[in-house]
Amino acid sequence: MRLHVVTGKGGTGKTTVAAALALALASGGKKVLLVEVEARQGIAQIFDLPPLPYEERRIAVAPSGGDVYALAIDPEDAMLEYLEMFYGMRRAGRALSKMGIVDFATTIAPGFRDVLVTGKTTEAVRRRNRNGRRVYDAVVLDAPPTGRITRFLNVTQEVAGLARVGPIKNHSELVSSVVKSPETAVHFVTVLEEMPVQETLDGVAELRSAGLPPGGIFVNMVRESQLPQSALDQAATGHFDAAELVLGLKAAGLADGAEATALAEALAEEVVEHAHRTELERTERESLAEAGLPSFELPLLADGVDLAGLYELAETIRTQGAA
Amino acid sequence: MKKPARLDIDAILDDPGTRIIVCCGAGGVGKTTTAAALGLRAAERGRCAVVLTVDPARRLAQSMGLSELDNTPRLIHESEDGGQLFAMMLDMKRTFDEIIEAHADPERAGQILSNPFYQSLSSSFAGTQEYMAMEKLGQLRRSDEWDLIVVDTPPSRSALDFLDAPERLGRFLDGRFIRLLTAPAKVGGRSAFKLLNAGFGLMAGALTKLLGAQVIKDLQTFVSALDAVFGGFRQRAEMTYQLLQAPGTAFLVVAAPERDAMREASYFVERLAEERMPLAGLVVNRVHTSPAAALSAARSAAAAEDLESKGEHELTAAVLRLHAGRMQLAARENREREHFVTAHPTVPMAKVRAMSEDVHDLTGLRQIGELLASA
Repeated sequence: MRLHVVTGKGGTGKTTVAAALALALASGGKKVLLVEVEARQGIAQIFDLPPLPYEERRIAVAPSGGDVYALAIDPEDAMLEYLEMFYGMRRAGRALSKMGIVDFATTIAPGFRDVLVTGKTTEAVRRRNRNGRRVYDAVVLDAPPTGRITRFLNVTQEVAGLARVGPIKNHSELVSSVVKSPETAVHFVTVLEEMPVQETLDGVAELRSAGLPPGGIFVNMVRESQLPQSALDQAATGHFDAAELVLGLKAAGLADGAEATALAEALAEEVVEHAHRTELERTERESLAEAGLPSFELPLLADGVDLAGLYELAETIRTQGAA
Repeated sequence: MKKPARLDIDAILDDPGTRIIVCCGAGGVGKTTTAAALGLRAAERGRCAVVLTVDPARRLAQSMGLSELDNTPRLIHESEDGGQLFAMMLDMKRTFDEIIEAHADPERAGQILSNPFYQSLSSSFAGTQEYMAMEKLGQLRRSDEWDLIVVDTPPSRSALDFLDAPERLGRFLDGRFIRLLTAPAKVGGRSAFKLLNAGFGLMAGALTKLLGAQVIKDLQTFVSALDAVFGGFRQRAEMTYQLLQAPGTAFLVVAAPERDAMREASYFVERLAEERMPLAGLVVNRVHTSPAAALSAARSAAAAEDLESKGEHELTAAVLRLHAGRMQLAARENREREHFVTAHPTVPMAKVRAMSEDVHDLTGLRQIGELLASA
């Protein structure tokens, strides 16, 4: 697998998973490019770096050697590069850019913009060095959210409506040949809640019907339950016996008498809610299984996402065999 | 923590002067649910309300009895004292088509509607959804059939796109590039490129190479046709914008107590002030609380450790760990809210506690409405 496209509903941690996946893929001496396309500078934020330019640069060293490079694709720069690379037109490109053509393309025909962005990404996938070897072992694309992913990747379709012939169409076909190849996988990031799960299932179905290759599902921010299954089962019925808690609270010296009973009952209420949520998470897991894709679970990081957390997630991804 | 003023939802809903409530906020914070709950509560308090929703979650739509996207308000619920709740989902392409049909003669309208660039613009322009949501809002308001309109704004990359979209569409159609493309129509069909200087010539060559001649031709036809109806567009956009600034409008910023969503909420509050849009307050959804809030995270964790080290009461220890985690989360959320209050001390706030399940029916919406009003 060379091109890993990472999508997900807003708020599920798509960029975090893309970054951790890039680290995991690079580990053991590989070279990986992490690409961002939505001008949000999410990669810079996550790696605690100043804003990234339109330039491939090394941003992290993976566990046991290996390099992660990053690139923030700016559609305007991608267009100038495209014109120069394919037509040797530098000045004309600048003139176009001054006329606001990119603004224009974004406005009226997002398909044109997307083909420039995916074009740059697939170019990095195909690029070879002098020895004919691929420059990057893998490219990870932090892609637009689930609701737009199929449109975004289905460039040929989007462009075909506008340009039946001509250079943009040819370019989009080249891009498409990479995106639809067995070397590409589109991964979905979700959390165990109803709406993100439903959106993931819809996204997978949409992707499949467009002939694009789904990869895996990354279930993010998973909280392990510390309670024994028997306690969860009892609480799931809606009632949790506080008697044992009363004794425990007394033994811990937290409360006595009526106070201990009241506290134990309040805690029992929390246990019931927790059991309900655990139960819901179980149903969501079952729904996700319907997609028939490999699934990987990433823990909720107690201290939020920082560099150490990213390495921890990368390790989890590796041990689960996703990279 | 400085206590923010309480957001009095019922006062807003009961005031007959409130004609429009706009719910805005980052994606995934429960905007649509909040909008629907407000609409239902208003109806049950005797108002004739319509909820205009953009791209709702399927199950929420079902909970309001909306199964199809047909761009027309449907009656959802009637309360005993004569209040009514209507709801509709926005069909952005249909709304766009209707504006074109209203402002162009049939022949020109046909030309525009069948042009491939119109198809692309009307179904995927980054600002079209926002623009059409505002257009629909204006239409509903002008019809005067409802005395309260609750609208949730589209989930945008840049969350205030709905304020900028009309202007952006206008700027786009007035732009130099578009002028260049429309030039042929204005000089009697001769190629505009010949009339222009060398710099333009160079550019035109590049453009043809990049896009192909057919694309350029389609574009020219489209832009000149659209240009002819654009006056009407701009006028409508300005009317809606003024409507939003009017005293009968209340903006509610919706957030969840997480860093990104609260940051976004701050930005919204500032932007609305800049645009002189009337802000009613902030709704913070999904707030975690604890029935045993008197037991702090630190004490709970310490007691759990104590029990674990003694090797007794394992179950209590696990429950105390669970509680400590919950209190930690509550504290983190509290800090996020504090940041906001420090920056915007005068903005009234309502908190809605986290529910263990998504809302599936009117009962669930009613419950959210109660939480909103009692927060």
